[in-house]
Amino acid sequence: MTTSGTSGGGKLPRQTQPTLAVVGSFDLSQSLLYFLTTRAMTRTTTHSAIGVHFGGSLSSDIMIGMEPRDKVTEYVKERILALRAANPGQYDNISVVRTNSMKYIPNYFRKAQLTKMFFLFPDPHFKEKNHRRRVISMQLLDEYAYVMKVGGIIYTITDVEELGEWMRSCLEKHPLFETVIEEEIKADPVFKLLSTATEESQKVARNGGQTFHAIFRRISLQEE
Amino acid sequence: MEDTAVEEPEVSGAAEFAPALVAAHPHGNSVAVAIGPELRAFDLRAGLPVSLSDECGGRSHSDAIRAICFSVSGALFASAGDDKLVKVWKTDSWRCIRTITSEKRVSAVAISINDLYVTFADKFGVVWLVTLWEDSAEQVSVDNKPVSILGHYCSIITSMKFSPDGRFIATADRDFKIRVTLFPKNPLKGAHEIQSFCLGHTDFVSCITFTSISENQSFLISGGGDSTVRLWDYVNGCLLDTFQVRDKMGELLGPNETDDSSLAIADICPSNDGSLVAVAIQSFSGVMLLACDLVGKKLSFLKVITMEKSYIPTSLASSLSSELLWTVMGASNMPNQASSHLLTRVRIITSFQKDRLSSDDAGPATLEDSDVPHDEKLLLALQGSLDVTKQEEVLASVLAALKVSMHKMLVKKHYSEERREQRKRGRNDKKIKN
Repeated sequence: MTTSGTSGGGKLPRQTQPTLAVVGSFDLSQSLLYFLTTRAMTRTTTHSAIGVHFGGSLSSDIMIGMEPRDKVTEYVKERILALRAANPGQYDNISVVRTNSMKYIPNYFRKAQLTKMFFLFPDPHFKEKNHRRRVISMQLLDEYAYVMKVGGIIYTITDVEELGEWMRSCLEKHPLFETVIEEEIKADPVFKLLSTATEESQKVARNGGQTFHAIFRRISLQEE
Repeated sequence: MEDTAVEEPEVSGAAEFAPALVAAHPHGNSVAVAIGPELRAFDLRAGLPVSLSDECGGRSHSDAIRAICFSVSGALFASAGDDKLVKVWKTDSWRCIRTITSEKRVSAVAISINDLYVTFADKFGVVWLVTLWEDSAEQVSVDNKPVSILGHYCSIITSMKFSPDGRFIATADRDFKIRVTLFPKNPLKGAHEIQSFCLGHTDFVSCITFTSISENQSFLISGGGDSTVRLWDYVNGCLLDTFQVRDKMGELLGPNETDDSSLAIADICPSNDGSLVAVAIQSFSGVMLLACDLVGKKLSFLKVITMEKSYIPTSLASSLSSELLWTVMGASNMPNQASSHLLTRVRIITSFQKDRLSSDDAGPATLEDSDVPHDEKLLLALQGSLDVTKQEEVLASVLAALKVSMHKMLVKKHYSEERREQRKRGRNDKKIKN
């Protein structure tokens, strides 16, 4: 397994797990769509849906998924390779990396590099003592804000109401993010895909469940 | 998940090892040493040991002190550690004016440039802030409890410093990272705007310090477990230069002498004119001096000052107003350590300035005990003893512990799946009170 020599961002951290699945090499100096999933990663309709949508119009944008689990990373890698085989010339801009994104985000991305970040159906960490391990928290939002461009959008979706509340509340409280108004969300093709195209959300719909989303924009702080 | 890591043998007590610390008043008024729970300060103007008074009645901390610092003005001093207390002292009277309780053990402490705030880092990597002044028109948090302002996700913060202009707060962690954050005018709402990350260390970062040549231009210097000292443009997160201590030590000592794991940087200290950086290296009995060229943005080797074989400094300090470099060696919480008197050894290097190197015949050199300012009184107060044999005994055990300690303390331990599950069962993470 080779690690990509990332051009942007800092050095890669010393990994204790040796496998880092990076599919192809990609130039991180261009604007990036950032793709973080947990459970949704295992159902890659998302990849194809978004890939198909963006493959044409935004082929210069790059998507990368970050996943701490080896097996999942391998699976996604296989799916990407399959998509590339079935659609020659496409899906070169999608990749997956096995890493602890919560610790090493600044190692992978430069300041103000990302235009979008996705957190789809993240682990709820129900126990109060594990709340600090949630992927959305005031602390981590500092880092996500750092790697995002001003104007970039953060998308979160979950079927766990309490987690949805939590994520929304963190984003509302954080000074570097502002709410995206409902009209804008409705008009955003990406959002539509998230709530219908991922197998996870399809499953939720089948079971008559609800999803909770929080979509916010990265803003800059006005100094008084 | 496959576990390819090697399980490190658990050396009993090695993880608890608490090195002795030294800090110098910026104007040279006093010097303080922390060893275990004891704080020892010496008034250099009066030539007398200081007796600390604590408003709570107790003399000092009840468990190992992990961090101490003077404020830039010199008016305040802070100490914090394993007893989950942060104590703030006024340095004119050495009276403790505030005792702050932390929920977790504290690993780093800092005082803001204008003496308004104290920040401390706990073992979860969260940095907390407390306002110091009571009667102000400014908004103070309700009942003045510590407010969390930023965090290094699940990491231990090893060093925390404010930039000289007070605009930034820099925090370094065990996971090789240094984060530079804008310190806002009203920090009670948190410090959310990250200015940069200084990434480059390939092992834990053990110490950071700001250094400057002029009012407008300051830089960050760091030392780490990767045996490097690095110079940074912290505003942009740019690595300007890296000095490989291991390579130099290899040259100086010969290939057989250097042991890979024991050349971590223990502490760094800039001279008051920014021209030198003193480096304390785990398992090296002496201090390495680097020339710090802030115009050319380079670090280069100057000389080593070797001390007696058994003396390895655990902490360094200097003041803005004098050319003395204070060094201390000592430790607490060591296996088999007698609970009685905690001893340290203090050695001072004089002429800690670049221009002294070319002119004087001696340049920077270690002072003999008899030449130490206020000689016996100071050494007795800070060391705890003048008895050479007793000291040698104690320091020999410190030496042994030092060789394994830093590695165990700061490098993330790897446990087998079984052991990890076992540890989880015993864990008792209380919920975070709001």
